[in-house]
Amino acid sequence: MTERDMPKDPRVQALIKHAMSSKVTRRTLLASAGAGAVVAGLAACAPGASATITPAADTSAADKTLRWANWPLYIDVDDAGAYPTLVAFEAQSGITVDYQEAISSNEEFYAVVKDQLELGQDIGYDLMTLTDYFAARMVRRGVAQPIDMAAMPNVAANLSPGLANITYDPGRMYSIPWQSGLTGLGWNNADFPGGMTSVEELWDPLLKGKITLLNAWTDTIGLIMQSQGVNIDGDWGQDQFDAALEVVSKQVADGQVRAFTGNNYSEEFASGNITAAMVWSGDLFIMNTEAQSDKYGFAVPEKGGYLWSDNFMIPMGSAHKANAEELINYYYDPAVAAQVAAYVNYITPVVGAQEEMMKIDPALAANPLIFPDAATLARSHAFRQLTPEEDSAYSIAFEKAKVA
Amino acid sequence: MAFAAFASSAQAVDAAPRKSSKVALVLLAPGLAYLALFFLTPLIALILTSLQAPALYGDMGEFVYAFRWENYVSVVNEYGDTFLRSFGYALIATVAALLVSYPIAYFIGVWARKWPVVQAVALILVIAPFFISFLLRTLAWKQIFSDDSWTMETLKALSILGPDAHFTGTPFAVIFGLTYNFIPFMTLPIYTTLERLDTRYLEASGDLYARPSTTFFKVTLPLSMPGIVSGTLLTFIPASGDYINASGDFLGGPGTQMVGNAIQSNFLVILQYPAAAALSIMLMAVILVIVAIYVKRSGTEDLI
Repeated sequence: MTERDMPKDPRVQALIKHAMSSKVTRRTLLASAGAGAVVAGLAACAPGASATITPAADTSAADKTLRWANWPLYIDVDDAGAYPTLVAFEAQSGITVDYQEAISSNEEFYAVVKDQLELGQDIGYDLMTLTDYFAARMVRRGVAQPIDMAAMPNVAANLSPGLANITYDPGRMYSIPWQSGLTGLGWNNADFPGGMTSVEELWDPLLKGKITLLNAWTDTIGLIMQSQGVNIDGDWGQDQFDAALEVVSKQVADGQVRAFTGNNYSEEFASGNITAAMVWSGDLFIMNTEAQSDKYGFAVPEKGGYLWSDNFMIPMGSAHKANAEELINYYYDPAVAAQVAAYVNYITPVVGAQEEMMKIDPALAANPLIFPDAATLARSHAFRQLTPEEDSAYSIAFEKAKVA
Repeated sequence: MAFAAFASSAQAVDAAPRKSSKVALVLLAPGLAYLALFFLTPLIALILTSLQAPALYGDMGEFVYAFRWENYVSVVNEYGDTFLRSFGYALIATVAALLVSYPIAYFIGVWARKWPVVQAVALILVIAPFFISFLLRTLAWKQIFSDDSWTMETLKALSILGPDAHFTGTPFAVIFGLTYNFIPFMTLPIYTTLERLDTRYLEASGDLYARPSTTFFKVTLPLSMPGIVSGTLLTFIPASGDYINASGDFLGGPGTQMVGNAIQSNFLVILQYPAAAALSIMLMAVILVIVAIYVKRSGTEDLI
């Protein structure tokens, strides 16, 4: 049976995978029995290939708690360090929320919770906010609970039509967007008074060692592929990926790239180590607020930006699904969404938030980073759905290209 | 054998009792159980992981137990130069740390003997950095040497560095970080041997018309060899496996990857557990061989 013969339905795929893996396990166990009981015991207790798992029983009605893993600086914070929208939610719903800034990289968060997640056990969080390519992996592997749209009238009414369907999760059965954002170019205005319009400007020899690219391959390769004229949402394959990767390898070998970063490019900018970088839209706004001037500029490249979302997902092992749905529903109230967007400055997926924002701060309602204009959105794309083989091969190839 | 060398370099121990007693076995049991549980079991698990093969139709990070020794071949092919770089950086850092630490240790252990207060203060200064997390200290160096810092401005103004030069993200910065972070581990063992140095030997050497430099190389240095050997081991072994200094978030850059960084990215980012495990085992094996040869060559068994 070749991979091409695999049925398309993920559930059936999981069953086949399970059957295949148990066959291998039996042989392995026999082999290791010869090597001693200790070895066999180890082989048995280590996690193997995933079996089909089912949602944990929901105890939300009796247990009014919720544990939410989110990214740093990704919710509204007041001067006292509290989260105003979350406090209001707790008061209104009676649910105690344990909010943790636990995710600073999809990869590392996943690596930490992976074993429990795949066995359907409690991972310590009831709600996690993962970026598209990881959300896709969760859906594909069947480790996310189906979310009940009927329990979330605000989501049904206000989810931005452009996000209502996504290739990896048609109909949004497992994932609901928390915030969206654009990957583009960021620069220090003192060095680039005219701004930047294309990815190629980053490869200027004058910027040797003064730029950073992003850690996640989807961001960096997504921008480079588009600069090479590839429609990342359309039909592309290994050749187009390789052409983009070649650019990364060359720039790394030439010493052009100072580092690959996550949010910490803000520190590199602040200490003068870099003057331009691939960045996420909302961060530049916060950096300007911190610098108390328009020190930094941001633009979506002419040839195309990368549009991503971070998505609410409920792991299979969570026993608080109804509580999680109540929280998601709450954040889809346009007034609440506007309050969050006013702080985090990413693109809100909630229709009606712009009108609510007019009441909070008209300047922000006109901010193209929070409410991008049609032209910007038209040249911003997400990746088409990736096969598991592509996901794995591209992640590995990019990780290896990041070092000289 | 490295361990044999260590054993014989230690103070003479009473010969083991000839009769094996049950009591001794019972007393040993907790220690042995601890070793089995927390050293042997993880080691076996690591070896088993390093031989795993990708699962059939498996997704990323799914592996099954197998005997895929090719994992080691591919790891050597792919990360051979990373290994060389790691050991190169660790070696340079060890030598640099030795050159910095020896005078410090000599000052505290020999010169300052007459002033116990000076000795105590100097020792505290050596140990004080441990009170702050080494992550923070390494980040502080990154700030101190950032491109807009006055340190860099000064170095550029003095033409020590070119106008476009930068420090962080270079091999030099990584070696600097390694040296800095391991200086206490080098200083303290050397200090303990020098502190016991009988200065009458030095006087005798002088009485026999040896020049100070001859006295140092023929008397002081050999007598402090045990401290140098343990100091260099305490520096070289962790330095070769270090992944903080060389990481892009700290002092390194894309061109400074060490084995520790390769293990971290294979394990946590691309979920290639067998490759990560194979790298760890290789690192362990190579260090063991290097240390064995070193300890044998340095001839510690003849000292003390």
